[in-house]
Amino acid sequence: MIKVSNLHKSFGKVKAVRGISFEVRDGEITGLLGPNGAGKTTTLRMLYSLLPPDEGEIRIDGLDPTRDAMAIKQTLGVVPDGRGLYTRMSARENIVYYGELHGMSRKDIGERIEELVETLDMADFIERRTEGFSQGQRVKVAIARAMVHRPQTVLLDEPSNGLDVMSTRALRRYILGLKEAGHSVVLSTHIMQEVAALCDRIIIIANGQIAADGSARELLEKSGCDSLEDAFVRLIGSEEGLLA
Amino acid sequence: MSRLATVYKKEVRENLRDRRSLFNSVLLGPILFPILFIGLAYFASSKQQERVEQVLEVPVVGAENAPNLVSFLEQQGVVIQTAAEDPEASVRTQEVQVIIRIPEQFGEQWKTGKPAVIELIADPSRRESDIPMQRVRGLLNAYGAQIGQLRLQLRGVSPTIRSPIMIKDIDLSTPQSRGMLVMIMLPYVLMITAFTGGMHLAVDSTAGEKERKSLEPLLINPVPRWQVMLGKMAATATYAFASLFLTLLAFRFAFPLLPTGALGVDLSLSAKAIGGILLAVGPVVILAAAMLTTLAALAKSLREAQSYMGLVFMIPMIPSLIFMVNPMKPETWMMAIPMFSQNLLIGEFVRGESVSLLWLIMSMGSTLLIGFVFAAVAATLFNRPRIVFSN
Repeated sequence: MIKVSNLHKSFGKVKAVRGISFEVRDGEITGLLGPNGAGKTTTLRMLYSLLPPDEGEIRIDGLDPTRDAMAIKQTLGVVPDGRGLYTRMSARENIVYYGELHGMSRKDIGERIEELVETLDMADFIERRTEGFSQGQRVKVAIARAMVHRPQTVLLDEPSNGLDVMSTRALRRYILGLKEAGHSVVLSTHIMQEVAALCDRIIIIANGQIAADGSARELLEKSGCDSLEDAFVRLIGSEEGLLA
Repeated sequence: MSRLATVYKKEVRENLRDRRSLFNSVLLGPILFPILFIGLAYFASSKQQERVEQVLEVPVVGAENAPNLVSFLEQQGVVIQTAAEDPEASVRTQEVQVIIRIPEQFGEQWKTGKPAVIELIADPSRRESDIPMQRVRGLLNAYGAQIGQLRLQLRGVSPTIRSPIMIKDIDLSTPQSRGMLVMIMLPYVLMITAFTGGMHLAVDSTAGEKERKSLEPLLINPVPRWQVMLGKMAATATYAFASLFLTLLAFRFAFPLLPTGALGVDLSLSAKAIGGILLAVGPVVILAAAMLTTLAALAKSLREAQSYMGLVFMIPMIPSLIFMVNPMKPETWMMAIPMFSQNLLIGEFVRGESVSLLWLIMSMGSTLLIGFVFAAVAATLFNRPRIVFSN
């Protein structure tokens, strides 16, 4: 459960986020959709307490990232855009490291990794060093690493970037599984099909502001368009950044 | 604190798998420096011997003006050559290193009992001319002294009247203290090792993580950032300390291989000296780790961090250079200066002197203090949000 109200963030003269408010409910997948540079990643970074907001309030399960950063980090699972695996360590070692940083016991981590290997289908490469992994394998390890401590809230930044069709399908199945298990999931993306296939709620962000907020059907009705893509362009008011 | 240990263990283990990191800590200090050392010593001693034992060939201009002097030189084994037309030019181009010129008025001055002028043409700024110059000068002086004595004796004066004082050297240096090359170089090498040993790890685990984008997810874990920083810094210090220890061990085995002629003495690093040096330089390792981590955290990219590392080489160099140019007697106040005090202490340990506890505590304390200041700066840098942004 995430509540965000009137969020602002500037970097020097650049106003990256200008008054964003939204809610994310448990058991739902919420998509942050927007062109590149719209402020999606900045918003996510404020959620996982990497950046302090200049103004506005965030509550994740009642906790404030600016004050209860450590507690919030325990309840969050984050897959950032960069993935950032350690290439000189095996997939398992990467995951164990994060488990230990969450203070989990060796035994607990071992059991959890067995579960994750099963659900994410990682048995083939779990013991291999991540150097030279395919994008799909990398995303799986990054997800397993983010999920090792069984977080309630899951934040995914551009999760399907660079994935082939099979990997994308597997990823979508996994994200839908999270929703069924009652997690609240936020994913940021600029890919329309992804939002259409996954999200219960869509929040369209453009120029650091919310251009629209609602289910896919609501957005279509609001814009009077037939396709989500047209609706998207209509709602953000330009095609700028879409092709980037 | 167990999270700090987790970060530490991961950095140590991951870098063991990195060839470049191992190269920096294991190869450079412990293997390359001793080899360089032995090589240089051999080279220096063989060159020196060569020049001392070589037949001295000296062109003489105006040999006919002083036939007795020339035959004296020949008796001493000097091969007299005819000089080129322009002796100055041939010295300038280093065709020959030393030329003797006997001016025409030599015979006249000689006969009238005035000091007869002999010109020695050489370029003392060329170090390779040092030895031939000294040898020629020595021979000429010997000739002068011999004739001087004869002249006094002819007039019935005892030659000792010319020697109102006699200087007698009483050598108080211990055998170890004479190994000047080692005394100057060893502290420098050890200080450099304290920096280079962990350099790669510091850069890789901070600026490198930033660039590979693994720092952002790492910092999303519920671990206070100062603990992440300290874990990385401790791993850096561990690598540097291991490198330092291996370097000392390598030198212990390398010293017996040094040509004794080069140093004039046999040098050895006792286990006790090694222990003392590790104790004295240990704080430098911590200071270095804190400094490197700070710089690596400041850098926006791996390349920027690496360019800072070139500057870091200068830091341990400065006190060593000051010491090289201006050797000083260790005094208590000097022990409060980080890096400089270790230079002096290493010297004391190698000389086999007992080092006062006060000195050791002052040196360690002042160095650790600066180290903690840098560590605090690094922790502050880690707390800035922009630590994770690479460009």
